Amino acid sequence: MINLADMAFYLFAFITVAAGFLVISARNPVHSVLWLILAFFSAAGLFVLLGAEFLAMLLVIVYVGAVAVLFLFVVMMLDINFVELRQGFLQYLPIGGLIGFILLAELVALGSAWAFGDAVGQNLAAPAPAADVQNTAALGQLLYTDYIFIFQTAGLILLVAMIGAIVLTHRTRPGVKRQDVAAQNARRPEDAYKLVDVKVGKGVALPTKKG
Amino acid sequence: MTGDLPTLVPVLPEIILAVGAMVLLMLGVFQGDKSYNQITSLSVILLIAAGVVMFTQVGGERQLTFGGMFVTDAFAVFAKTLVFVGSGIALLMSGRFMQDHKIGRFEFPILVLLATVGMMLMISANNLMSVYVGLELQSLSLYVLAAMNRDRSRSTEAGLKYFVLGALSSGMLLYGISLIYGFAGTTDFDMLATTLKGLHEPALGITVGMVFLLAGLCFKVSAVPFHMWTPDVYEGAPTPVTAFFAAAPKIAALALFVRAMVGAFPAMTGEWQQVVVFVSIASMLVGAFIALVQTNIKRLMAYSSIGHVGFALVGLAAGTQQGVEALLVYIAIYLTMTLGAFAAILSMRRSEGMVEDISDLAGLSQTNLPMAIGIATLMFSLAGIPLLAGFFGKWYVFKAAVDAGLVPLAVIGLVTSVVSCYYYLRIIKIMFFDEPAPAFEGGQGKAVSLVVGVAAVLNSPVSFLLISPLVAAAAWAAGSLLF
Repeated sequence: MINLADMAFYLFAFITVAAGFLVISARNPVHSVLWLILAFFSAAGLFVLLGAEFLAMLLVIVYVGAVAVLFLFVVMMLDINFVELRQGFLQYLPIGGLIGFILLAELVALGSAWAFGDAVGQNLAAPAPAADVQNTAALGQLLYTDYIFIFQTAGLILLVAMIGAIVLTHRTRPGVKRQDVAAQNARRPEDAYKLVDVKVGKGVALPTKKG
Repeated sequence: MTGDLPTLVPVLPEIILAVGAMVLLMLGVFQGDKSYNQITSLSVILLIAAGVVMFTQVGGERQLTFGGMFVTDAFAVFAKTLVFVGSGIALLMSGRFMQDHKIGRFEFPILVLLATVGMMLMISANNLMSVYVGLELQSLSLYVLAAMNRDRSRSTEAGLKYFVLGALSSGMLLYGISLIYGFAGTTDFDMLATTLKGLHEPALGITVGMVFLLAGLCFKVSAVPFHMWTPDVYEGAPTPVTAFFAAAPKIAALALFVRAMVGAFPAMTGEWQQVVVFVSIASMLVGAFIALVQTNIKRLMAYSSIGHVGFALVGLAAGTQQGVEALLVYIAIYLTMTLGAFAAILSMRRSEGMVEDISDLAGLSQTNLPMAIGIATLMFSLAGIPLLAGFFGKWYVFKAAVDAGLVPLAVIGLVTSVVSCYYYLRIIKIMFFDEPAPAFEGGQGKAVSLVVGVAAVLNSPVSFLLISPLVAAAAWAAGSLLF
C-alpha cells in the first residue's frame, strides 16, 4: 500500500527528472529556462518532504526568484543563436550516457568498499539536531554559532574580492557625468525654467544652452 | 554548544588587524590615492599594535577558541612575529617604488594587511576548514597584489598565472580535505590525531587525502614539483610585492605545513615523511641547478627561495621536535636574508628606471662600497658560508636530519648547498671584480637602505651573538607542539 508521502515523492521526483531532461532538449532557450524553473520548484517539493522547509523556501526564493530570472534576462538580452550552439547536442547522448554509467559503476564500487574506522561515526561534526529544533534555527546555529569563525572569514574573503575587483578594473575616466546630490538639491525653480509671455503669431527664441 | 560568545582574547590580534584594515580602507576611500603614505604608515603602526597585543594579551599558552577551530600557542606567537616583521618591512620598503611606477594606491597596504590576517589564520588553524579559509584569504589578496601594476603586461600575466595555478592548488587541497573528512569523519586537528592513533592502519582514503593536502601546501610554499609559478610571478610582480611574497607568505605556509603534519597526522609520520623528503630533495636540486643560468636577479631570488624552502623542509622531514625547532630557526634567518636581498634589489635604480639584471650590479664596489659590502654579506649568508647567519640555519636543519637518521638527505642538502654557492659568489665577483656599470641613483628612500644595512649586520658574524636567543625562542615555540 503506497502512502501519501511516497506518492508525493514519486510525483516530485518524476517531474524534476522530466523537467531536467526537457531543459537540455528544448529547442527554444526561453522554454529551457521555464522548464528549469519547474525543476527547481519540484526539487523544493522534495526538500519539504525531507523536512528541510527552510532550504525549500530558499530554493524557491533564490533560485526561482533570482537565478532563473537572471538566466531569462541573459537569454533574452544576448543575441546568441542557441539552436546553432546546440546543434547535435543530443547526438552525444549515447557516449555521455556510457561514461555516466561507468562513473556510476565506479562510485558504487567505491561505496561498497567504503571502510570507516571505529571512531568515525561519533566524530561526525554536524549531527542531526533534536526533533523540536526548527530548520531555520538549526541552520542559524550552525552558520552563526558553531561555524561563526569560518563564516566571518568568508566575509573577509569576499571583501578582498571586492577590493581586488575595484583595484584591478576601476579607472577614473575624464568627462564622466556623475550624480551630484548637493547640486541637485541646491537647484531652485528659477534656475531651471522661466515663464515667457508669447505674443500670438510671434513664437519664442530659445536661449542657447550653456555648458 | 551554547549560544555564548566564544572567547575572543586568543583572536584579538587578528580582530585588531581586520577591523583596522577596514577602517583604513574607509579612510583611503574618502581621501583618495594621495593618502598612500599616510595609510602605509598607519598600517605599519597597526601591525606593531597587533604584535604588542599578541605578546601582552595572548601569550604563549595553548588556547583554543571557536569550538577548537582556532588555536594559539608559542608556535603561533613565534611564526606570527616573523609574519609581522615580513609584512611590516615589505610595506616600509614599498613607498618610493610604488609611487615612481604610479601604482601608489591606498589599497596596497590594505591588501597587505588582509593578507597578513589570512596568514595569521593559517598559522593558528586547528581545523581543515580554518586552514582553507585562511589560505584563501591570504591567496586572494596575493593574486591582486601580483597584478597591482595592471598597465604592465608582465604584472597582469603574473597575477593571472598565480591565480589560475593557485585555484588549481586550492582545488587539490579541498579534494584532499574532503577525502580526509569522508574517511575520518572530522576536520578537527586534535580529533584527527586521536582518531588516527586509534586505527591500526589508516584507511587508504586518508592517505590519499593527505597526499592531496600536501600537494596543495607544497604549492603554497612553492616547493618542487609545484614551483612552476614562482619565477614568473616573482619576476612579473612589482618588486616590493615580490619582497613581500618571498618573506611573510612563505613563513606562514611553512608554519601551516608543520602544524598540519605534526598537529593532525602524528600517527602517520611514516607516510608524510616520505613525501616531505622527496619534496625537499627536489626543491634543493631545482633551487641549486636552475638558478645557475638565471640573468634576472628577481628570477634568481625565486629559485633561491625554492632552494631555501627545500632546506627548511629538511627540518620537517626529520619529523622530530628538534627538526621543527631547526625549521623555525631557518625561516627566521631566511626572513632577514630575503628582506635584505630584496631591499638591495629595490635600490638598483638608474635614471631610466629600475633595473633587474645581475650584470647591472657590475663594479658596485667602486661606485657604492657600503652597498656592495652589504649585498656581499647577504649573499655569503644565503650561500651558507660559515660564521654567517645562513650557515647556522643550515647547520641546525642538517643536524636534525642526521639525528633523525636521514643521513642521505643531509648529504644531498650539503651538496646542493655547495652548488648554490656558485651563483651567490658570482654576484659578489661581478660586484667586486667586473668593470663598473653606471652607478645607481640614490633616492630609494631611507627605509630601503636601512633594511639592507640592518639585514647585513644581522647576517654578519654578529649573528653569533644572536643565534642562541633565537634557538631558545624556537625551542620554546617547537615545544608547544604535541609530539
